[in-house]
Amino acid sequence: MIVADRKPIEEIIEYIKDRDKVLIVGCNECVTVCEAGGKKEVGVLASALRMYFMNQGKEIKIDEVTLERQCDHEYLEEIRNIVDQYQAIVSLACGVGVQFMSEKYFKTQVYPGVNTCFMGVTEERGVWSERCQGCGQCILATTGGICPVSRCAKRLLNGPCGGSSKGMCEIGGEVPCAWQIIIDKLTALGRLDDYEKLAPLKDWSKERAGGPRKVVREDVRQ
Amino acid sequence: MNQTRAVKTDSKLEKILAAGHLAVTSECGPPRGSDSDLIKKKAELIKNHVDAINITDNQTSVTRLCSLASCIHLKLMGLEPVLQMVVRDRNRIAIQSDVLGAASFDIRNMLCLSGDHQRFGDSSQGQNVFDLDSMQLIQTVRRMRDEGKFLGGDEIKRPPKLFVGAAANPFADPFEIRVRRLAKKAAAGAEFIQTQCIYNLDRFEEWMKQVRDRGLHEKVYILAGLTPLKSAGMAKYMKNRVPGMDVPDDVVKRMSGVPKEKQPEEGIKICVESVQRLKELEGVAGFHIMAIEWEEKVPEIVEMGGLYPRPNPDAI
Repeated sequence: MIVADRKPIEEIIEYIKDRDKVLIVGCNECVTVCEAGGKKEVGVLASALRMYFMNQGKEIKIDEVTLERQCDHEYLEEIRNIVDQYQAIVSLACGVGVQFMSEKYFKTQVYPGVNTCFMGVTEERGVWSERCQGCGQCILATTGGICPVSRCAKRLLNGPCGGSSKGMCEIGGEVPCAWQIIIDKLTALGRLDDYEKLAPLKDWSKERAGGPRKVVREDVRQ
Repeated sequence: MNQTRAVKTDSKLEKILAAGHLAVTSECGPPRGSDSDLIKKKAELIKNHVDAINITDNQTSVTRLCSLASCIHLKLMGLEPVLQMVVRDRNRIAIQSDVLGAASFDIRNMLCLSGDHQRFGDSSQGQNVFDLDSMQLIQTVRRMRDEGKFLGGDEIKRPPKLFVGAAANPFADPFEIRVRRLAKKAAAGAEFIQTQCIYNLDRFEEWMKQVRDRGLHEKVYILAGLTPLKSAGMAKYMKNRVPGMDVPDDVVKRMSGVPKEKQPEEGIKICVESVQRLKELEGVAGFHIMAIEWEEKVPEIVEMGGLYPRPNPDAI
């Protein structure tokens, strides 16, 4: 899933403090699972904002809605009839949803309500960690199914560097060394000899470096 | 003495190694400013006692005068620099361009490194590049030299003639791939290796045995890395705070066991003893003495270690 984290409420207050009518829009997908922008978080944020502005003696109408997804036209269309009632929208979807909303409702200001972080997993409730950076050319077949692009701080394709210590990365913060995991996995598979195969230079043009990317599938296109 | 190997460049370091002499290299960190005298002064301190001088490349991610310009200063002094290059800060365009820049001044040695993560330095909010990794940097320089081609396939006019080195850490984790990793660097095209600082000689000897078992010492020249300890505090810091550093308890104890004012002398003594012991170890082709901000001690270590005078590469 796409993992996001809540923005500090002070930042959101700063965005909307001069508005009179604001709609907070949640998303029922990834940001719900990572507890940053689902229906529950929309409710919590709306209440906190109402309370803040009430204490400031300022009247702002803050409404709430949570859509099934914000990355599909179909669901974003559900608010077309009410959008014009608001001076601003705070979207608690990931950056994808915020933008799709902003593109669709071109005359409406859309603010991000979360910081979009990465594609990752739920390690345990309250702990999410990165697994994929969408490099466009998956190499997991050669690295024991563990990704050095997203999980090595230096993206080393022929790691580890000299900074791997007791299974941890030199950057600290309890980040496991991806190459320690890769080597452990190759050992478990009885394929440690594969470690000695040199990984070729990566074609980064399939990644961010190549510019904004697009997948076009003529076979399913309508 | 090692058996002689074919010489592929005009590097004095390569020439000395190929002739079977124990080589001695050292290194200088460039200043945090543009005063080239500082780098020249450091080089003056050691130039008669070493065969080549590494110039570090923004080590620990702290911004400094660049390695290439520093190497040019040494070259203009008639010395033999080893250009250290990290892949942290350069994409493949900048790497190949800097390699050509070095070659245009006839810099003849290069050490290919990943580089410390930028979080350790003065620009922790900066981007890193890591377009290539250190293995791929080795491959790139070898391709430029041996095939005379850019990575893109075009021909290089006057290809760079660099003697290509890499680092190895016999002590880092995961331990089971320490020798495999060296084999990989040799396969990528590394011709000489400078190791991480050695304090645990037993463990280093064990690593060298595995290196010899695979015949890797016949493929790459291995220079044993040594850093003299200045104090017991430094020994403890290296032991506890520097990732991939193995400082045994008895070394810390030995440093702590002498009065503070005698500790620098003890550190030099340990370093010299290491030289004397490792000189005899099959597969050790020389020494890389990293006296961090203590360059003036290098001559003493080289002399007491029995590595002086240095051979004249022009007479080989």
